Amino acid sequence: MKQAVEKLLRAAPAAGAALLASACDLRHAAVLDPKGPIALAQRDLLFDAFFVMMLVVVPVIVLTLLFAWRYRASNTKATYAPKWAESVRIDTFVWVIPALIVIAVAVLVWRSTHKLDPYRPIASAVPPLEVQVVAQDWKWLFIYPEQGIAVVNQLAFPNGRPVSLRITSDTVMNSFYVPQLAGQIYAMAGMQTRLQILANQPGKFVGRNSMYSGGGFSEQHFEVVSLTPADFEAWVAKARQAPGKLDAAAYTALAAKSRSNPIAYYSAVEPKLFDSIIAKYTHVHAAPGAAPRR
Amino acid sequence: MFGRLTLEALPLYSAIAAGGAAVTVGGALLVAIVITWLGAWRYLWTEWLTSVDHKRIGVMYIVLALIMLLRGFVDAIMMRAQQAMALNSGGYLPPEHFDQIFSSHGTIMIFFMAMPFMTGLVNIIVPLQIGTRDVAFPFLNSLSLWLTASGAGLVMLSLVIGKFSTAGWTGYPPYSGVEANPGVGVDYWIWAILISGVGSTLSGINFIVTILKRRAPGMTLMRMTPFVWTALCASVLMAFAFPALTVACGLLALDRIFGMHFFTNAHGGNMMNYPNLFWIWGHPEVYILILPAFGIFSEVVATFARKSLFGYKSLVYATAAIAILSFTVWLHHFFTMGSSANVNAFFGITTMIIAVPTGVKVFNWLLTMYRGRIDFHPSMMWTIGFMITFVIGGMTGVLLAIPAADFLMHNTTFLVAHFHNMIIPGVLFGYLAGYMYWFPKAFGFELDRKWGLASFWCWLIGFYLAFMPLYILGFKGMPRRMEQYNDPSWQPYLMVAAFGAFVVLLGIASMVMQLYVSIRDRRKTADVSGDPWDGRTLEWATSSPPPAYNFAVLPEVRDREAFLEMKERGVAYRRPAAYEDIHMPKNSMVGVAMGAFAFVLGFAMIWQIWWLAAASGLAMWIAMIARSSDDDSEFKVTAAEVKRIEDARYRALATKTGSRK
Amino acid sequence: MSAAATAHDSEAAQTHEQRALGFWLYLMGDAVIFALLFATYVIMVNNTDGGPAGRDLFDLRNAAIETALLLVSSTTFGFASLSARTGNRGAVLFWLLVTFGLGAAFVSLEIREFAGMIAAGAGPDRSGFLSAFFTLVGTHGLHVSVGLVWILIMCGQVMMKGLSVPVVSRLFRLGLFWHFLDIAWVGIFSIVYLPGLL
Repeated sequence: MKQAVEKLLRAAPAAGAALLASACDLRHAAVLDPKGPIALAQRDLLFDAFFVMMLVVVPVIVLTLLFAWRYRASNTKATYAPKWAESVRIDTFVWVIPALIVIAVAVLVWRSTHKLDPYRPIASAVPPLEVQVVAQDWKWLFIYPEQGIAVVNQLAFPNGRPVSLRITSDTVMNSFYVPQLAGQIYAMAGMQTRLQILANQPGKFVGRNSMYSGGGFSEQHFEVVSLTPADFEAWVAKARQAPGKLDAAAYTALAAKSRSNPIAYYSAVEPKLFDSIIAKYTHVHAAPGAAPRR
Repeated sequence: MFGRLTLEALPLYSAIAAGGAAVTVGGALLVAIVITWLGAWRYLWTEWLTSVDHKRIGVMYIVLALIMLLRGFVDAIMMRAQQAMALNSGGYLPPEHFDQIFSSHGTIMIFFMAMPFMTGLVNIIVPLQIGTRDVAFPFLNSLSLWLTASGAGLVMLSLVIGKFSTAGWTGYPPYSGVEANPGVGVDYWIWAILISGVGSTLSGINFIVTILKRRAPGMTLMRMTPFVWTALCASVLMAFAFPALTVACGLLALDRIFGMHFFTNAHGGNMMNYPNLFWIWGHPEVYILILPAFGIFSEVVATFARKSLFGYKSLVYATAAIAILSFTVWLHHFFTMGSSANVNAFFGITTMIIAVPTGVKVFNWLLTMYRGRIDFHPSMMWTIGFMITFVIGGMTGVLLAIPAADFLMHNTTFLVAHFHNMIIPGVLFGYLAGYMYWFPKAFGFELDRKWGLASFWCWLIGFYLAFMPLYILGFKGMPRRMEQYNDPSWQPYLMVAAFGAFVVLLGIASMVMQLYVSIRDRRKTADVSGDPWDGRTLEWATSSPPPAYNFAVLPEVRDREAFLEMKERGVAYRRPAAYEDIHMPKNSMVGVAMGAFAFVLGFAMIWQIWWLAAASGLAMWIAMIARSSDDDSEFKVTAAEVKRIEDARYRALATKTGSRK
Repeated sequence: MSAAATAHDSEAAQTHEQRALGFWLYLMGDAVIFALLFATYVIMVNNTDGGPAGRDLFDLRNAAIETALLLVSSTTFGFASLSARTGNRGAVLFWLLVTFGLGAAFVSLEIREFAGMIAAGAGPDRSGFLSAFFTLVGTHGLHVSVGLVWILIMCGQVMMKGLSVPVVSRLFRLGLFWHFLDIAWVGIFSIVYLPGLL
């Protein structure tokens, strides 16, 4: 026991230093350091709710410690009221205060959920860039239908222009996750989910699969690159020079299980590839009730 | 002949897995040898394994829970060690082994640690608190225990023969489907859960009937203790939520065994139906675990603040409200599955509404401490530690309940930190408080305070060290269940978390020491009065441990704090004029036998040994039919025998009360 | 009557009451299972994967006969319960056996229907719709089969033990079970067979 305490005490300064370091580090934590309006709005929501909740959390912690100390058995000076167990006034108070807080947060929830619905296009003067996303074991394929190119493990787009993603899976359930730009949504075979992205400025971000999907899951991350419009054009042009073409055979080879795939470009894509990946699982179109919204 | 079972099922694929198997087999052998050495098999069989006494069944549940706590904790510390090491490297565990570990950790901690711990405490205490001699269906109670134990046995067996699931404790298809996971792992998970789930459903029914139909005279509903109320609500949830788990796992089993298409990618399967079914059970399950813990906190805080519980009625209504609301929030576990904004917002708001009755409870405990005289017994410390820590978890829960914010935090270690922040203080601290509070009632001597406090501090500090870093890692976008990672800024946090797990290990070691020291000093701390804490409720009115029949004469209840009122009225220890014969249920080996058959059935289904499955299934049916046709299941404790037992108790009371009080 | 005997009677009454409540709770849990299987079926009814749908497979006449068999069997079980109340052992046995015959006819019709579908390539592994259909209807069929075994056991008990208090108490619960299955079938008929054909 004594040894345990000593061990703890020895570790305490290290832990304290770590905490301090982490406070600085936290400013750059992906979720707390958003680089686009959607993620920013989601983070601000987190902060709003956090501060509202502090109205309850702080008093409870303080009062618990205070009461525990003040009414300790050895403090015989404190008032002792063993039969005091009811008070309509206090009872009303403890029901009403949490209820009011919840009503406030509920309003926040209702509004924000509609405003930040991932199916709702971002309002913008520029038409959105359409990108189709396919989750595979264990990598991500991005198809650019307008540009006629496809990329493995890299999602690039011009900053300032909304990106409208259509997401499916050619394997088990995945979750497409870009914490600094848009949060996440599930990718499911035979179905299509949506997510909207907008980056304010050029930059590189990390994207991942956040839903456990088997042995290669840990390495299933991809690069998200926001480029200036000119750089984006150059990037597209470079991709169009790539030797690889994503026809049916190349797709089948790509879809096989593989880990830590490097970024790869395809200068051409089989037409309607994305739709055919979905259709592969649906045979006839699934019932309206069974599929998520298009 | 042996289905899919071949010699390759032995875990020789890695040294660590083989070591795990060796420890499991060695541990079982060691226990068997010790029992043989003590010559205790007959005693164990007649007095414990075949017992239908609710107190003994309760003790066996808790023994199971503590063993499984150790196993689940070994999993935890292995994961923490792996993640602390695995920056840009494979650490020491290959993915297929790491993935089994996070799956078995969750499965064990929920189904085979928390559930049996809760059921055990309810079993020991509820009949005593409502002043009855046994539960409504004593045999069914024994059957529930053995079904739970056989489920736990299957999980343990997966260490030795074959592999466990890698699909996480939630087992989402299509990953858990037969195409992505053709091995036996997911089947181990399914059958362990299906079998123990039946046990839990039966326990739920048993306790609803016990509480509604067997209360002592005078005990109206609004005179029941808070623990009985929470046990009642949890039992209702068990009876009605577990069928949903049975359906979810059952359909998954049909997909896997018969090639059906409930949750498959193609052929008209609908994988989205599974999370719905699973969480229709899963969210009430959280409250099945947490409500009884709330009940324990309510008992403990009143006893050790030496003051009546504040706002009893509020607390009862809050409990019932939570139980009902728990069925209306399941979708918040998958806001990111593409539901419409209306649906997501609806479930986000219902989730937050639960925060209201929960908040009320916290305030009630707080106000019970107010103007009390607080004794910092370990049980009280667990309660205080719970209140402070739990509100943090509640706060992060509200953050996750906002759908748009959940898009950022879902599936990250923030989520992992959140639910551990609910389950460890909210559930485990509660059960440990109950364990240290009621131990003298079950065994007749107290647990050592010093080691209890040491355990509390290690658990509390260890918890913060282990899980606060996970909140931060969630902010840094780290998904859960990662076997390795490439972001160097994560590693320091994971090392702190691993250190936290080590501190928790010290807490568990302190619990073992506490048990050892207390058994060693049991004569010094013997609880002769049956009422070591100056208790308020009926369980303290009988001796410690209570006689098989609990109460020689059923108590007459006049107040919510029934025993306190008796003490105040001066009738607490008054001897009755005469005793009567008491009818008690006979022991039965059918419960153990059916549990064993269920174990074989599960094993046969996992390895697809159809003849064995059919044979063991048939054996179960025959055992049940034989038992249900038996009209002679009781025996009589004669009035003379009762008098002899009671006389001994009063003699002991007379010699000891003077010196102790 | 002595005081001890009265106490014993009230104990028996209490036991019966507890078991009845426990059994009601079990049935309600079972109802949850059926409700979720119904919901699953409704979600999956159009997921035919290009295979046969309900209108291609269901035979309304067969379903109607099954319905009639089960409804009549509920009535005959009611007669058995009434005879138990009047203590007429022979009548109880007779009506139980009639109920058994009707239930067995129901199960055999269902097995025939299932076998025909499987032979026609419309087995439970053909599509999500058929998985849901076979599981929902099959679960009910399994319940009826368990009920049949139970009826036989109760016939044996009535013959050997007579209409003793525990035997009558068990008959009461068997009745609850049997009527419950009737209600579940009405749900199947109106949610599975009727819309499948209309």
